[in-house]
Amino acid sequence: MLALSTTQKSGLALLVLLIAYALCAPLLQAGDATTQNLSQILTSPNADYWLGTDHFGRNMWLRLAEAMQLSLMMAALCVITSAIIGVTAGVLAATRAPWFDRVMDGIVTMILALPGLVLVLIFAAIVPGSFWMLYVAISLIQWIEYFRISRAITQRLTQSPAVQSSKLMGFGEWYIFRRHYFPAIMPPLFTIAAFGAANAILMMASLGFVYVGIQPPLAELGLMIVEHFPYYSDAPWLLAQPLAALALVVLACQLMGRGKSL
Amino acid sequence: MRQLLLKRLLQLIAVSWGVGTLTFILMRSLPGDMAYRIAASRYGMDAVDSRAADIVREELGLDQGALSAYWQWFTDLLSWNLGNSLVSGAPVSESLWHMLGHSLLLAGAGMAIALIIAIPLGLASAYWGGWLDRILLTVSTVMRAVPVFVIGLLAVIVFALEWNLFPVAGFGTPAHLVLPALTLALSLAAISNRVIHTEAKRVFGSSFYEFARMKGLSPWQAFKHHGIRNIAVPVVAFLGIQLITVVEGVVMIESLFSWPGIGHGLAHAIFARDIPLIQGAALMMGVMFVVLNTLVDIACHYLDPRGGRIA
Repeated sequence: MLALSTTQKSGLALLVLLIAYALCAPLLQAGDATTQNLSQILTSPNADYWLGTDHFGRNMWLRLAEAMQLSLMMAALCVITSAIIGVTAGVLAATRAPWFDRVMDGIVTMILALPGLVLVLIFAAIVPGSFWMLYVAISLIQWIEYFRISRAITQRLTQSPAVQSSKLMGFGEWYIFRRHYFPAIMPPLFTIAAFGAANAILMMASLGFVYVGIQPPLAELGLMIVEHFPYYSDAPWLLAQPLAALALVVLACQLMGRGKSL
Repeated sequence: MRQLLLKRLLQLIAVSWGVGTLTFILMRSLPGDMAYRIAASRYGMDAVDSRAADIVREELGLDQGALSAYWQWFTDLLSWNLGNSLVSGAPVSESLWHMLGHSLLLAGAGMAIALIIAIPLGLASAYWGGWLDRILLTVSTVMRAVPVFVIGLLAVIVFALEWNLFPVAGFGTPAHLVLPALTLALSLAAISNRVIHTEAKRVFGSSFYEFARMKGLSPWQAFKHHGIRNIAVPVVAFLGIQLITVVEGVVMIESLFSWPGIGHGLAHAIFARDIPLIQGAALMMGVMFVVLNTLVDIACHYLDPRGGRIA
């Protein structure tokens, strides 16, 4: 498959580690992420609470894991959805009637006219605190990159001798896609997906930060940063946790997407 | 060139209409009773009852159908009348101009500082390489991994709360501008110093540059006549791509620092369901975005008149 560079391997390792934490952390400690214990607020990490407790005495080890689950799920959903839609639309635009291409081009121009975050903000305003609305909005922005890349590559390939002879030999369109288009689209797709995942996580955290994303008491990285900020002088480690988690997840994705050039 | 501008103009019109319509449809489908929300933001949460909501509804004509409201909005837009804010009653266009000034000030200051940071660092790391390059690569990578509001937050903690150098939030004096602009600049410089580095490295290693040095030009002369322009073209083109980072950064930074710009206004308008203001702000951002992109196109055209590279 893909030959990974050292940078990409370290990104992958980091990501696997974070996913393992998000999935396995609840198995290692009993309790749940929303139970409050007001006699135990803002405790520093100890044997009972491995990452301490927050301002409501909630177990940070579990809360952080839940927030990570949410972020990673959003990233995975957005990447899968937008990749499928984008590649399908891109290949179709390059191979079908020109009017379809023009229509797609118009749609893309219109969506790109508005900065992504503003579009997501407006969507988030319709149904405040909805995970699915954010998912729709982020995917709506992200499919464009897959579309552009796969359209450009497919367009170049349709005129190539390999595809031409495949067509002349009477192979079906699905075969041509599988045999010629997809292998060419795959490598840049991987890079876009890695950066797209990072962006989806950042976008969700940004919305949580301006308070229009996921609503409390759900654990979300951006929201936790706002919630913990007032306690930063009493409990600096508390604020540091969501910050570090967010930075690590995004860093892992970006390292994975890093090619050999930069 | 003319064709390009014409195309951009058509795009601008299509985009304004599309964006306006989209926000309109989205905002009409908001759940809940708008009259209550507006009454609440006007008179305060406690003073709202159904009578107050009814008065608001009648005054603003909120009970008319979606289609007629859309038609009215559309004709208003054609006559450059963006309507009045539902909350404050002031004309939207007026507050937009006010906010635009603040946003442009922030964006301009941020980009200027970013260039001041990024250009010397990018060039130096390309020229000398070695440990400087490695440190910059590491710092840039880390900076790119943290969202812009985290940079802002850390700046607030360090400069405002710990060292008491600058105010935490607000606007008015130049001191208030420092932290927001610095935050924006850092997030921009983290990316652009690497782009400048890559481009500069390409130019410094090229055969025409080597020839310029070989024929006896001093390092500065070679850089001035053969370096600057060649490095500038891709960098300016990249700036165009970065515009989106600027706009998104401005939205987040304004919310964080309570800077009274368009991003802050948009966030507030969404909370208050101030439909005309949301439309106005979103429209303004869309238009500004297209206009800035056009300016980047023109700049690229003049830097590299060979043409053919303008999309």
